[in-house]
Amino acid sequence: MQSFTISRPGTLDAATAATAAPDTAFIAGGTDLLQLMKQEVARPTRLVDLDGLLPDAVEVLPDGVRIGALALMANVAAHPEVQRNYRAVSEALLSAASPQIRNMGTIGGNLLQRTRCNYFRDPGFAACNKREPGSGCAAIRGENRLLGVLGTSRACIATHPSDLPVALAALDASLELRGPNGARRTVALADFYRLPGDTPHIETALQPGEVIVAVLVPASAGARRSCYVKLRDRASFEFALVSCAAAVDLQRATIREARLALGGVAPKPWRLPQVEAALQGRPADAGTFADAAMHASEGAQPASQNGFKVKLIQRAVLRALETTAAA
Amino acid sequence: MAAQSLTRRGILGGTAAGLAAAPLIGRTAPSAQESPSPAPGPVRTPEMQDIVLQVNGRRIQLTVEPRTSLLDALREQAGLTGTKKGCDRGSCGACTVHIDGRRVVSCLTLAVRCQGRAVTTIEGLAVGEELHPVQAAILHHDAFQCGYCTPGQIMSAAALIEEGHAGSPDEIREWMSGNICRCGAYPNIVAAIQDASVQG
Ligand SMILES: Cc1cc2nc3c(=O)[nH]c(=O)nc-3n(C[C@H](O)[C@H](O)[C@H](O)COP(=O)(O)OP(=O)(O)OC[C@H]3O[C@@H](n4cnc5c(N)ncnc54)[C@H](O)[C@@H]3O)c2cc1C
Ligand code: SF4
Ligand code: FES
Ligand code: FES
Repeated sequence: MQSFTISRPGTLDAATAATAAPDTAFIAGGTDLLQLMKQEVARPTRLVDLDGLLPDAVEVLPDGVRIGALALMANVAAHPEVQRNYRAVSEALLSAASPQIRNMGTIGGNLLQRTRCNYFRDPGFAACNKREPGSGCAAIRGENRLLGVLGTSRACIATHPSDLPVALAALDASLELRGPNGARRTVALADFYRLPGDTPHIETALQPGEVIVAVLVPASAGARRSCYVKLRDRASFEFALVSCAAAVDLQRATIREARLALGGVAPKPWRLPQVEAALQGRPADAGTFADAAMHASEGAQPASQNGFKVKLIQRAVLRALETTAAA
Repeated sequence: MAAQSLTRRGILGGTAAGLAAAPLIGRTAPSAQESPSPAPGPVRTPEMQDIVLQVNGRRIQLTVEPRTSLLDALREQAGLTGTKKGCDRGSCGACTVHIDGRRVVSCLTLAVRCQGRAVTTIEGLAVGEELHPVQAAILHHDAFQCGYCTPGQIMSAAALIEEGHAGSPDEIREWMSGNICRCGAYPNIVAAIQDASVQG
């Protein structure tokens, strides 16, 4: 890892101003940033420590929860209100990484985890448009079993690796941001992540020096009946091959509203409007679920090794729907 | 110049700043002969910071570069080599220690960010000559082969029991998932933790 300096500004404004400069990065838990720095994928020369500058608690509001960006993954997962009324959030966090890393990683850092595409993470491979714009994509003709089938482009087929944002997408969460000049704005999670197109190195709406302050998750009947299903190569401590967050509002046995998102298959949490439409107003039974799940992989464009994800998506959706119905 | 920022670890591991700009592929660590002769401790550079940690109840003072991990500071400066380095990337758990009572991986922790924190390593788990219940159970169940992962397994297991996650073998397996054992001693590790949790 190359040498760097680390500073601990006394105020958030000083921190955001400092980080707007080139070669400067925020550090929260450090669990992704330090990995990337050890592999020399990220090479900031100055780190700005966010410790103490952003909220780190779960605030229970009348109409939702506000989760501080510096809240630890483990603490949010174990929070009684989150466990009770935002189950998919707790389950997604508990399915992520390991107990040790969940004691270190923060909510804001998790939303900004970089892709796990091995070519991106190994500068020994020259071709990676995300790491080195214009250099090509080694994955498209290489090892791509773990990569994306939806929302990908000719420039990049990587997936967003985090579990939490998938749950947040299904729960219609939004992010509170704050820029270097103190300017605040709120961005829907759905608008936060960018599709790769020709510029896969631009991943989010975040501007230089801008921080995530908190995540707002609105309360809803669907959030109360939500779940996160994660399918992977080993039972635990592994990234998703396919995951699905579902939030289903049932009135007696009829589906009033369903919201679903996929993980592990796209450059951002992937909402499923076709599946949601196929569920709305229908009886919550096996037939409805099976019909709706068939729509989940519409538009999928698998790469050479990940065609199996097309069917696995449908199965993950089906399992998530069955799980919420039984809850 | 690069020579000034070299530490003993940097020279042996080929990770120092002066080498960072060069392509890593096909490069082997330079031998001691071709590098400037190493100083006994890290050479002081302007970025270095003095920190004080409470390690196993003892106050220790270290001078570290910002990039020094807690793992390297413990092993190479504090002389506490019980904490092991497996992957150095957060994926094996061999370097697990407790900071302020919570288990973390020390390879992804910067030492400079631990100023004033209480760190417990495998060396600090026993009380005098009396082993921690997890240590005793690991021995009793012969829950290791090469032993390299064992300090991390023990630190993780001790925390897991405190957290209340030892309710069943399945729960133990899930909450020990951050600790990999290449020798596959898992069945005995799980049995040892179950045993220690009822004794503890
Ligand atoms: C071995 C391993 C396995 C893992 N498995 C999983 C998994 O299965 N599922 C999963 O979801 N995750 C997994 N992770 C990723 C882990 O969850 C993330 O590394 C962690 O959530 C990142 O949080 P952090 O606070 O450590 O971020 P940091 O590493 O501190 O920061 C990450 C990035 O976000 C920026 N940043 C951080 N906070 C803010 C903020 N508030 N505002 C603006 N920018 C900010 C930093 O500048 C940096 O670029 C795994 C990690 C490891 C090491
Ligand atoms: S898929 Fe994206 S991240 Fe992976 S090599 Fe191609 S451009 Fe890079
Ligand atoms: S050495 Fe830290 S997790 Fe492997
Ligand atoms: S005992 Fe050898 S790695 Fe676990």
